[in-house]
Parts: sequence; C-alpha cells; structure tokens
Amino acid sequence: MPGSKVTRPRLDQPFVTGSIDTLTGTVPVVPAELTWRDRRGGHKVRWGIGRYTYTVDPGLYAVGSPTDLSPVLVTANYKLTFDALRRTLTGRDAWILVLDTRGINVWCAAGKGTFGTAELVSRVKSSGLAQVVSHGVLVLPQLGATGVAAHEVRRGTGFRVLWGPVRAADLPVFLDAGMRATAEMRTVTFPLRDRLALIPVEAANVVALALAVAAGAVVTGGIGPGWYSVARALERAPIGIAAAFAAIIAGTVVTPALLPWLPCRMFAVKGAIVGLAAALLIDLAFWSAGAPFSLAAAGVVAVAGASFAAMNFTGTSTFTSLHGVEKEMRLVMPWQALGAVLAVGLWIAGGWL
Amino acid sequence: MSDLRYLEDVITLQFDVDKCTGCGQCALVCPHGVFVMDGNRAKVVDRGACMECGACALNCAFGAIDVKSGVGCAAAIIASYFRRGDVSCGPDDTGGSTGVCC
Repeated sequence: MPGSKVTRPRLDQPFVTGSIDTLTGTVPVVPAELTWRDRRGGHKVRWGIGRYTYTVDPGLYAVGSPTDLSPVLVTANYKLTFDALRRTLTGRDAWILVLDTRGINVWCAAGKGTFGTAELVSRVKSSGLAQVVSHGVLVLPQLGATGVAAHEVRRGTGFRVLWGPVRAADLPVFLDAGMRATAEMRTVTFPLRDRLALIPVEAANVVALALAVAAGAVVTGGIGPGWYSVARALERAPIGIAAAFAAIIAGTVVTPALLPWLPCRMFAVKGAIVGLAAALLIDLAFWSAGAPFSLAAAGVVAVAGASFAAMNFTGTSTFTSLHGVEKEMRLVMPWQALGAVLAVGLWIAGGWL
Repeated sequence: MSDLRYLEDVITLQFDVDKCTGCGQCALVCPHGVFVMDGNRAKVVDRGACMECGACALNCAFGAIDVKSGVGCAAAIIASYFRRGDVSCGPDDTGGSTGVCC
C-alpha cells in the first residue's frame, strides 16, 4: 500500500529465532518446534494463570524460508493458538499473519469481532503483505468465519480468503491436498480429550464461588441454640466444605467428562443428575453425624451447585446456541435459586436439629 | 457430533433459497454441516445442529441467510445482565477483562 506505514512484530520476543528481509522490511522467523518454555507457558494458561496476557505481537511472521509463493496462514495473537499453528508447520515454508485479538483464541475472538474483517483488512495493509506474496490468497481457520466476511476482505484488500480446516492439526493434509478440506475437517467435534483438557480452567473459574459457599457454610454453621457456638461451627464445617467441593467436582469435572452419556440435552439437568449422585455420597459419608437437616442442606448444595456449574459449561462446549442457552437458563435458573434458598434454610435449621 | 446435540426448537436460522446464488460459502464455513450444496443452490439439511454462530450469514454476500447470532454461553449471558451490550466473549472495549471465560 503506497503511503501506508508498514509495522512489524518485535524481533526480541523469546520465541523468535531469526529474521528475513522482504521488500517491506524485516520479518521475524519462528521455528515450528516448540521449546520447553513454550510448553510450560501452555500448561500454565490451561489452569487459567495469566490467560489474558499470553500474547504475541500482531503482524507478519515467517516459518522456514518462505517466498512470494508461500502460503499465508492467518491466526490470533493468543500464544497458545499461535503455537498450535506453527507446530503443524515442521519442514514447511509459510507466512503467518497474526491478528490483534487481544490475546483471545480464534473462535471466541471471531464471535466478539476482534478476529474480524476490519482487523484483517488493516493488518494485511499494515504488514505490507501485497509486496511480500504474489498469489493474493489468505488461508484462514474456518472458525474465523464468525467474524470475517470473505467477500468484504476481497473488496478491501484484493486478497481472496480460503477457509482452512477447523483444527490446526489438519493443516498439513489441507495444504498438501491443494488447500482442500474434507467434510470431517470442516466439522467441529467435542471429543473426550478436548473436554478433559478444558476441565482445569473450568474448575478455576468457579473455585472462588465454591470457596465462598464453603466459607459461608462454616461461618453460619455456628448458629443454633445459645445463639452462636464456635465448636458447633467447627463440628459442622466438614459437611459444608464437602458439599461445596462435591458440587464443583460434579459440575466441572464429572459432567463434562460424561457429557454425551448423561440424559437430557440441558447441561443444567446433566449437572443436577451428577450432583444428585454426589449428594448421596456425601450423605453416606456423613451419615453417622446424625444431622439430617445439615445433610439435606449439603445434598441440595451439591445438586444445585453442580447444576449451575454444568450450565456454565455451555460456553465451553462447541455446539450450544445463544437462544438454546437462554431457553435453558429460563427453565432451570428459578429451580437453582430455589435450591439456594432451600439450602440456606436447611443449613440454618441444622444448627438446632 | 450425532451424540452431542442441543435444544433445537428455538434456533433462529432462516434461509431464503430465492436469494441464493450457489456460491457455496455457507456450506464451507458452517462447523456443523447445517448446509450442503444441492445442485446450484444451498440447502439446509440439519437446522437443529445450528449453534447460531453467524458465520454463514456473515459470509453470504447475497443476504440469503438470517440468524440472530451470539454465543451459547451461560456465563456470557449472565455477564450481559450486569453490563450493557451484546452477549459476547472476551475483554470489553476498554481493554479490561469482563471475567467471562474466553
């Protein structure tokens, strides 16, 4: 673009191993092989640590020794996404064009519009891409289509958008097949290993809520005859803490793992079923305490809490719609709220009975 | 994905076959195989699998597809109760995180 300023990613980012010169300036080179440092960073963000700042500079990068005929692969500036892409490029020469998605993965950023038409058009221009490659083709991850209108990119830049596979792992086959994806590569699935990989971050999202419930149960557990007794609070604490954590494990670990095999399509109902099993286990474990109201409260917390946590897994899943989730929430949230009120009432009554 | 399906009767996807030119973009971008090409027109073959992501409508240059799109995410919907704007993921426009998961 004559007159427009070309900007490049920094060369001093830790994963950059070299640079190559193009007509429009120096482009950082990144290897297809991940280092132990890349992997450690990936493990940390899967537990929710520093997820919103795990980024790479937007702009143009090179893998191998790309020429003006090498493919341009477009991705997000979440480093986990960037790494998932480049690790599929072993032995290949390619350009990677990183969009500024504020550190968010492609699909979520496309839904938000940051992995979007406007950002892609301006990034193609600011990277001087038209002077770097001669083929005029951009390969985008298919899930970016929620934010990018291919026909508008063509109008804005002259580049044609080709939709790559959903999963980066299918890129080598896609590229070798003359940039053609099979129907399978175009379809989103949600296999067990993906569901399991998402459990840590899912649990981390609700652990604060569970701690608050557990703390609330312990503190209010002292209420009873004679107004307040620390001894009574400590005596009942294990039941309250067990209920809060049973709800989390049932809703964010067991429900996602068993998702296809649990009855009913509503996630909240799936979670409630697992929560009911957890409630029975708690009641069995604490049966000898002889505290029927406390055990009933713990059971309600397990069921309603697991139901709520499982409902939040809708956003993590790959097949729920906005209007479906709104319907589910309309149907189940009154029951979850009733469960919360009931649990508090039973728990306070448990101080006497 | 046959064993993982969600609530189907509230899907807002609408397809106007009369506006379709047969370019095939919708069938390419849909991650759930809702569209297939049937001769020189697209055809909806699995409406219930639609997750209302909006990729098809955005990439239809001819306005043949309409869907009230958004994220099927309870956490994002709950977050939208507390702030103005659409149901969506990620940091808000001021650059800060909304606390929603992705």
